[in-house]
Amino acid sequence: MSEWPVLTVLIFFPVAACLVLPFIRGDRAVRVFSLGVGLLELLLALPLLRFDLSVSGYQFQEKAAWVPQWGLHYHLGMDGISLLMVLLTVLLLPLCVLCSWTYISRRVKEFHFSLMLMTSACVGVFLALDFVLFYIFWEAMLVPMFLLIAVWGGPERRYASLKFFLYTLAGSTLLLVAMVAFYLAGGTFSIPELSAASYPFGFQCWTFLAMAFAFAIKVPMFPFHTWLPAAHVEAPTAGSVLLASVLLKMGAYGFMRFCLPMTPAASVYFAPLMIAVSIASILYGGFVALGQRDMKKLIAYSSVAHMGFVTLGIFLFTLRGLEGALMVMLNHGITTGALFMLVGCIYERSHSREIGDNLGLGKYLPAYMGFFGLFALSSLGFPGTNSFVGEALVLIGAFAQNPWVGGAAVPGVMLGAAYMLRLGQKLAWGEPTQAKAWKDLNVREWVYFAPLAALVIYIGLAPGLTLRAMDPTLTRVLDEFRKRSAVAAVSPDATPPSTVQLATADMAPAPAGPTPNQPR
Amino acid sequence: MEFNANLLLPEIFQFTIVLALFLYSVTKSPASGRNFSPLLPLAACAGLVAAGFSLGAGGLMFWGSYKVDGLSQFFKFAVALGFAIAVLNAASQPTLEPEKRADYFLLLSLSALGLMCLASAVELITIYLALELSSYSLYALIPLRGREPRAAEAGIKYILFGAAATALSLFGLAYILAGQHSSYLTALTARPWTWAEAPVGIIGLTLFMAGFFYKLALFPFHFWAPDVYDGASNETAAYAATLPKLGAVVILIRLAAMLKPGLQLTTVLAVLGAASMTFGNLAALTQQDIKRMLGYSSVAHAGYVMVGLVAASAGGLAAAGFYSLVYVLMNLTCFWVICRLSGDGRNLQLNDLNGLYRRAPFLAFVLAVAALALVGLPPTAGFMGKLFLLSAAWNRGYNWLVVVAALNTAISIYYYLNLIRHAYTVDADGDAAAPPPGGVLWGGVLAGLLLLLGALPAPVFRWAEAAGRQLMP
Repeated sequence: MSEWPVLTVLIFFPVAACLVLPFIRGDRAVRVFSLGVGLLELLLALPLLRFDLSVSGYQFQEKAAWVPQWGLHYHLGMDGISLLMVLLTVLLLPLCVLCSWTYISRRVKEFHFSLMLMTSACVGVFLALDFVLFYIFWEAMLVPMFLLIAVWGGPERRYASLKFFLYTLAGSTLLLVAMVAFYLAGGTFSIPELSAASYPFGFQCWTFLAMAFAFAIKVPMFPFHTWLPAAHVEAPTAGSVLLASVLLKMGAYGFMRFCLPMTPAASVYFAPLMIAVSIASILYGGFVALGQRDMKKLIAYSSVAHMGFVTLGIFLFTLRGLEGALMVMLNHGITTGALFMLVGCIYERSHSREIGDNLGLGKYLPAYMGFFGLFALSSLGFPGTNSFVGEALVLIGAFAQNPWVGGAAVPGVMLGAAYMLRLGQKLAWGEPTQAKAWKDLNVREWVYFAPLAALVIYIGLAPGLTLRAMDPTLTRVLDEFRKRSAVAAVSPDATPPSTVQLATADMAPAPAGPTPNQPR
Repeated sequence: MEFNANLLLPEIFQFTIVLALFLYSVTKSPASGRNFSPLLPLAACAGLVAAGFSLGAGGLMFWGSYKVDGLSQFFKFAVALGFAIAVLNAASQPTLEPEKRADYFLLLSLSALGLMCLASAVELITIYLALELSSYSLYALIPLRGREPRAAEAGIKYILFGAAATALSLFGLAYILAGQHSSYLTALTARPWTWAEAPVGIIGLTLFMAGFFYKLALFPFHFWAPDVYDGASNETAAYAATLPKLGAVVILIRLAAMLKPGLQLTTVLAVLGAASMTFGNLAALTQQDIKRMLGYSSVAHAGYVMVGLVAASAGGLAAAGFYSLVYVLMNLTCFWVICRLSGDGRNLQLNDLNGLYRRAPFLAFVLAVAALALVGLPPTAGFMGKLFLLSAAWNRGYNWLVVVAALNTAISIYYYLNLIRHAYTVDADGDAAAPPPGGVLWGGVLAGLLLLLGALPAPVFRWAEAAGRQLMP
């Protein structure tokens, strides 16, 4: 081994830790061990500091033959997009362990087992450069997430967990079909090689639809979002955090990694539809969030709105749009994760997620309300916080592309302010019902909010480093996309899809023979 | 006659087991005499080793009717593996009277011997004889379940359906002989197989295949499967659900090698496959009895295997072979857990799994792995098998079949997930007794195999591929 296999270690270290877990006795020991694993995983991510910000291609690549008969490779690599997502995932593991310290009191071992498997699978999704490997990690994450909701969830956990599983799996089966189709069209499962090839327009269209279906469910985009509020409300805090911060990002990641490079012409062709659905998500999520009384549901619907900004940014096909989309992905992970942790925190005190049961915290839990205020401001995209950067970039991109699109998205931002401020106002200054007896944040809670709060302010005030990390990759993605979608944009006219051909063929003899409709 | 005993090592070994059991059952009275149970699993494992050694063998004997090639050796290995697991599984059967034990295992080994012969048979009458050898032993096995009336009913159903399917098969055999003038597969391969050129042959082949569809429990020959699984004892059902399918698949692979995509018969196979997986999955959705559920799931899996057969390329046939091996493994793993849990040999309902994670955490894990493999979720072997099948079918233009198969996976997740849901998320109502700790080790080995084949399918798939290449150069 000449070089330390950073990525493999990052993926499989939590799995290895899972093998040790059954031999640890006592709940407390399990928690300490898992926290240690989380921190160690963070340390293991340190070699990523060698990531070269100026390189646009894949770094830290690892490649080995896996099933040579079918051209499968164990191929990992990291570019600017995956770097940010992996860092986010790895950061969340110790925080999730901390925020479940007292929240989860039964079957502690299995809980941490699931958390670690989730982390492995999520990191794997962002690093895989082989389609099958990607699919394996993509599906492997379903079972631990299902268990997180179904075992440690709320009263409706059975419904929520099954809905989550069925919805996501239905989407991914079509991804499987698209994968098989790409293998036979491109002759390989390698993502970089598949991304470099060109495919006929008709083929692109339906593979785009198959993949978009899978990713849109995961994101989730407007008509496919119904599993999300159910899953979020029933999941335990750590489950909601992982769901919001990492799982939803995989859908958007899929659009960036697969749809844009592999089906550029179809992406352009379907962009109006995707933009319309994105704007529908933004507005619909915002309006529904406005009417919620359950805090978790409110934040869940706000996620639908925020993810609408992500898909909107992606389908603008401009650098600003893509930058904004990736920024929103990252920031939504930080902010919404923190908001779910805050809800979990107050739930441990009041045993209710109703806004009405948690009024008037400002006076009695000032530190809690302070953090809540910060993350709520960040969530509504207040200037100086992280979300502002992303949403502003997406809006700039949208206005540059088409003022109408930008104009349609703006109410979403205002809705965000409306529902978040309403929530913050009631929590801070409502008539206290039972808050007097509650204690403010303890040290453990400070510890897991502080890093996220620091990130909110740091990225908000100095987004330069983050942008520098993503720019080369996004520029490359966009350049290749423009080159190939331009070629392909001409080709539909040159060789129209078969239906059009049929139609013209039918009409071809028309001028020759007299027909009743023909003007004479 | 070219006879080479070395080539027949797995069969001869299996025959020795049969002979030993026969001598034991006629000479010893069950009350006295030593127990053979520790020896039999050992012998079965030795049989597995013998089958492993002869994986590379090749040759033609008995006047060209018996072919030892990559395909036959791959399937003999699979049969030996399944037989070893089934014997281990049935070693302590609660519903079997002690005086019938020797006869039970005699019939079990005889049936496995028939399947091994089936793997090598390349002449229609030899195929028929091998099929009957394996079937008749199984007919007698099904009702052996204490004094359970349902078992007798299942036995009658199995033999009646089986006899009807066999009759169809023989009828078809006569048509093939009349239409194509040969019963050797090598000669038949050279003949045309289109409706226009050989209508009698096509009718005959379809009818002949029906006998194997019955074995495979392919729609519309599936009616026996849930009832027989339900009525037979758990251990017998584990055998009947898995190994006979191997015999059916190997013959169907040999027959499918004669077909080309686009032929009418291939289309019929594809449609039957699609119908089978859809029907099986939909019917399984509502089952409460685990064995009935697995029965319908086997109907669905028969449909998946068809996907590889209609592809009829080296890759497709290899994928079908690999998938049937994986199918045997994952189904036996599932049955393994069921047999361990059902201490008194009764049928398990889904609710009996409640709280399994607490009573038997390891068995719960093994069951979860088996269920996920049956769905075809990564990182289990079931996923790899399905991926190979779908890729092969797509390659030959059966896009619609691939889409149907993928959508069926989404349907099937619900009932397989039910197993995991009951085992992990529902707490037991009363104080369900913990199952005895025995058998956990082998369950772990089986689950480990499923995960290992999912992570590193290449070595095993290489054999299957070599077998496929010999058939379709």
